[in-house]
This record gives sequence, structure tokens and C-alpha cells, in this order.
Amino acid sequence: MLTVKSVHTHYGSIHALKGVSLHVRPAEMVALIGANGAGKSTLVNTICGLIKPTKGRIEFQGESIETLSPEEIVRRGIALVPEGRQIFCTMTVEANLEMGAFIHRRNGQQVEMDKESMYARFPILRERSRQLAGTLSGGEQQMLAISRALMSRPKLIVLDEPSMGLAPLMVKEIFRIIQELRQEGRTILLIEQNARAALQIADRGYVLETGKLVLEGDGSVLLEHREVQRAYLGKGAREIWDA
Amino acid sequence: MPIWEPENECMSRSELEQLQLERLQATLNRVYRNVSFYRKRFKEMDFRPEDDLTEPADIRRLPFTTSKDVSDSYPYEMFAVPLREVVRVHSSSGTMANPRVVGYTRQDLKTWSTIVARILSAGGVTQDDVIQVTFGYGLLTGGLGIHYGAERIGASVLPTSVGRTERQIKIMQDFRTTVLCSTPSYALVIADRIEEMKIDPKQLSLKYVICAGEPWTDSMRREIEERLFVKVTDNYGISEIMGPGVAGECLEQNGMHLQEDHFLVEVVDPATGRNLEPGEEGELVLTTLTKEAFPVIRYRTGDICRILTDPCPCGRTLYRIGRIRGRCDEVVVIKGINIIPERIGDILEQIGGERPVYQLVATRHGHMDQLEIWVEVTERFFYDKMREQRALLDIMGRKITNFIGITPRIKLVEKGSLQREEGRVKQFVDRRD
Repeated sequence: MLTVKSVHTHYGSIHALKGVSLHVRPAEMVALIGANGAGKSTLVNTICGLIKPTKGRIEFQGESIETLSPEEIVRRGIALVPEGRQIFCTMTVEANLEMGAFIHRRNGQQVEMDKESMYARFPILRERSRQLAGTLSGGEQQMLAISRALMSRPKLIVLDEPSMGLAPLMVKEIFRIIQELRQEGRTILLIEQNARAALQIADRGYVLETGKLVLEGDGSVLLEHREVQRAYLGKGAREIWDA
Repeated sequence: MPIWEPENECMSRSELEQLQLERLQATLNRVYRNVSFYRKRFKEMDFRPEDDLTEPADIRRLPFTTSKDVSDSYPYEMFAVPLREVVRVHSSSGTMANPRVVGYTRQDLKTWSTIVARILSAGGVTQDDVIQVTFGYGLLTGGLGIHYGAERIGASVLPTSVGRTERQIKIMQDFRTTVLCSTPSYALVIADRIEEMKIDPKQLSLKYVICAGEPWTDSMRREIEERLFVKVTDNYGISEIMGPGVAGECLEQNGMHLQEDHFLVEVVDPATGRNLEPGEEGELVLTTLTKEAFPVIRYRTGDICRILTDPCPCGRTLYRIGRIRGRCDEVVVIKGINIIPERIGDILEQIGGERPVYQLVATRHGHMDQLEIWVEVTERFFYDKMREQRALLDIMGRKITNFIGITPRIKLVEKGSLQREEGRVKQFVDRRD
């Protein structure tokens, strides 16, 4: 469904992505893990059209999208749940949901229906629908951010660090929600620093290191991988491995 | 016949190419970081994986890795993980000064057993089968490689290992073996012995023979099939890449499906190193895509074959390689063992104190391959007394057996009697046909 081919991205003079390739198949959940500064968010921003790659191709459903605007990419069916949630704090919960359905704004009936199904999924959002989004707790904001993304009826959901800054119990809840989305047959690209939680629920995973792809494999395989365990799961001594 | 991993063996070529690209990027980044041999090589030619690899074909810019490179890094120099993460070590037959040592992580062993399960499934094996493995168990990869794959499938494995043909046949009868894994020549040895023992092969439970380990011919395949009433598939493995499982035929018997999601395949002109088109015959060059402990980049296998890209009726989309036509370097394969004639000379030199004029001759008695070493007598290799002469031959035989793992017949011949070409004695003569 999504195919990234040897993509390079620069932030000014910084070479942030150095020839990264990955793919996501329909109904698959793929985890992208890596340390801070490895290039995970750059990759997300590149896929979503917020930064243009300097080299390489990105295909979505067989068509190149690397030159499209972010809005057009949303129209094609990619929805981003951004890092730090980035909900519209000064708007109500309901208005936030409606913003998510921006591309369907001429289809009021559909928007109402989808809003209803979001409220059914997260009853707490219905309770707070008239409240300003900024007054929600971190976990509630994350639910809102996910709902807002779903409102565009995406074919691929990109979740950027959904567990960041949340209390442990809420992290668990968010991962439960992500797993639920996966079981509904949705296609998900999950970017996470919490490697263990991400790999436990993902079909496959990629490990990014200083802008480079260093490992690819099934979630369960990466979870057992010694290098991953050392670097991201805090198991065993870190190896200095320079000959 | 069921396909072991249809999601991986039947994916579209474009999906496969994407997967290869991703895995190749990860592999090159990892060898650049972890293996000094490759880092040095890449730096010398100013190849930076992150800048210079956009598609798999870009790998053609990289130099080859040869068996000598592996041999020179004896034993652990080319490993890409610390030894404590290596759970198995294998080694090639000692054709070189140093054997080629390869290591496997736990995940490598899983990958290995999976691809062996693929080739065994392709050759007809299911969990209902009783499979007799007559490859050597030990440092060579043959026995254990097949063994773990067969267990993965859930077949009942009989690890009989090599030799003792009558016992093999008794086990085959009593344990109701349904699948035999052997070299093609050994399958024919078994067929001969069965005939001598006056056993009706139809009374056996055998259904399939999984052949590997040496170059062979279609007429040998037909002979095995007709005499043992089985279906025979061809398989290819090489320990520097993984061991058995690298490629294997399905029951269509039209070439060996290469596990392209784990290995990138090229065929090159052995003389110039130029890449050849599919269908053209040349040297098989392989790059590992998922190996952790012992990744190799553009390894020259020394085996001559061609890539077959036409679709296979079995449904697998993996390209195939045709029958291995032989070795392109000076390596001679006898009974599945690689022998370099030069090294035999080294041993003879050690014993006699001078390098004699000698010739390796491969012969076939019935279906049994035999190595003969003809040595021209000189004063140093000649004794008046029979007893001393025999003792010398014994020492030579023993030393060579220790070195290569098979027992040669050593013949002393008159000085000047070995056939010469342009004044030089040919080091190897094949009389197996």
C-alpha cells in the first residue's frame, strides 16, 4: 500500500534520512523504532508531505506522492496522528473532529455519522464534546487526535509517538486502542520510542539509526533481536563494536 | 504440494524487489558498521551504502567476496556480531590453507530451518514423512541443515549420517523411510546395493529423494527415479551463504527456486566479472539479505549455472537457477567434497620433502566415485623394500584422508608416464563419464 524507496531528506545542511526504504501492506501494522534523532519523525513528515525528500520515491497505492501537498496526501488516504497530538486547544472537541473531516466537509451526513461512531468508540469525548480540547487530559487528547485522524476515513493511519508524555496506565490504554484499530483491519504505520510495546503488537518492524535503516523483520523477531534488546530494550551490556 | 510460506514464496516481483532493497540497505549498513573487512573495502572505493545504494542493482559497483577472502579471515574476522551471540559454527571442507568458518545467531538458525523447510516441502516432504538424512553431521552444513528444516516441517527425522550402506538400507526398510536425502551418486550406490541384496525396491516405502551436494545430470535423475520408484528433486546449498536451503526444486523439476527474499542472486562471467542476463550461463554470485552473524556481499560461489525467470506452474514467484554445470575455479568436487589439486601437492611435498609430479584422477566404479592420486616415482618416493614402500603409501593415504575427508587410492607410476599437455602434467583428470 505504502512503498518508500531509498528516500533522502535534508533539514538545511543536516542529512536526516539517508536512503531509507520501507513498505506497508494492506491491513498490516508496521512499527518504526529508533532512538531520539534517528530520523523517525523526519520520515513521517516526509511521507505526509510536510517536508519534501531530496531523493527517492514514495508510492501510495501505486502512485507517486512525494511531490504532492500535505492536503492532497490526506485526500489520497493517509492520516497523521502527529507527535505531541497537536489538537486545536482553543476549539471544542466536536470542532476538532469536524476539522479532521475537512476533506469530506461537503458531505454533512457522513461527517455526522462518523462523529457518532467516534463518540461510540470513546464515550468520554461525547461527554466533553462542548469542552475546549485544551482542557482534556493527555490521554483524552490522544484519543481525540486519533479520532480526528479517523474522521478523514484514511486508508493508512500514521501514528507518531502516540505514547509520548502519557502516564503508564494511559500508555497501556492507547496501545489497546491501536491494537483494536489493527483488529478492525486498518493499515497502520506506528512510530514509537517504546520499542517493546510497539514490536509486541506490530506485524513487522524497522529499526532506524542515524537516518539509516539497519534492521527489518517480523515484530516478534526484532523483539528477540540482540541488537534491538541492547539498544532499545535495555537488556545486556551495550557493545562498543568498532574494529 | 503445499507451499511452506506462500506469503513469501509467491509474492509479486515488485513486492519482492522492495523487500530486497530494504534488506540490502540494512545489510550493507550493518556490515559497514560491524565488519572491518567490508568497511575497508567500501571506503577504498568510496562507496557509502546510504548514498550509493538506490536500487539492488547498485550492488554491482561493489567488489566480489571470494572464498579466499573468507579463508583469510579465519576464523572469526568476518563475523558481524560478537561471538557470544553466535550459537552455531560450521566450517567448509578444508580445500584451502584455512577452512572457511561461518557462524549463525539464533535468528539465523530460525531462518535456515525455514528455508530448508521450504525446499523440503517443495520436494514433497510433509509432516507425515519419515526422512532419512545421509549427509554428514558435523562441521559441514549438510546434515544439521537438512535436519532442522525437516524437524520444522514436523517430519520424523532419521539422522543416519554418511556411509554404512547396508545399515542405511536396513533402516530404510525397517523404519519405513519415505524420503531419502543424499547425494545423487549415493542414491545410486544405495540402488546398486539394494539390487545386490535382492531387495525389491517396490517393497520400500520411499516416495521422494532430495538430492544435493554435487554436480549431476538428468540421466542420473532418471536412473534414480526408475530404479527406486521415487520422484527426485535437485537442491543447492553452500555453507558460506547458509548451507542447504539456498535453492531447491519443486516437483515440477524445472530448476531450483532460489530463496530470493533471503539472498540476492547474480550470474557473472567468471573471467571478467561482468553481470550476465537471465538465461546466460556463468558463475553464481550471492549476497545474503537477512544473515546476522555472517553476512556476505557478492560471494563468488564458483558454481556455474544460469538464472531462469520464466514463471513456474507451481505458483512460486521466486526465480530459479538451472542445474549446476560444474565448478569454474580449479576446485574438483568428488563425493560432495571440494578438493583443490594444489593442496594435495602440498601434502605430498611435506611427506617426501620435494614436490612430486602427480595427478588427481576421478573415477566411477558402478556409482561410487573414487579419487586416485597418481604419483610419478623419484628416488625420494621409491624404496627397494616392499614394506617401506607400502608404509610410505600408507602415510600418504592417511595424511590426505585426514586433510580432505575421503580416502584416495594412491598409485605410483613410472617417471614421465603421466600425460602431459604442453610439457605440464594436468593436475586433474575426470574419468567419471
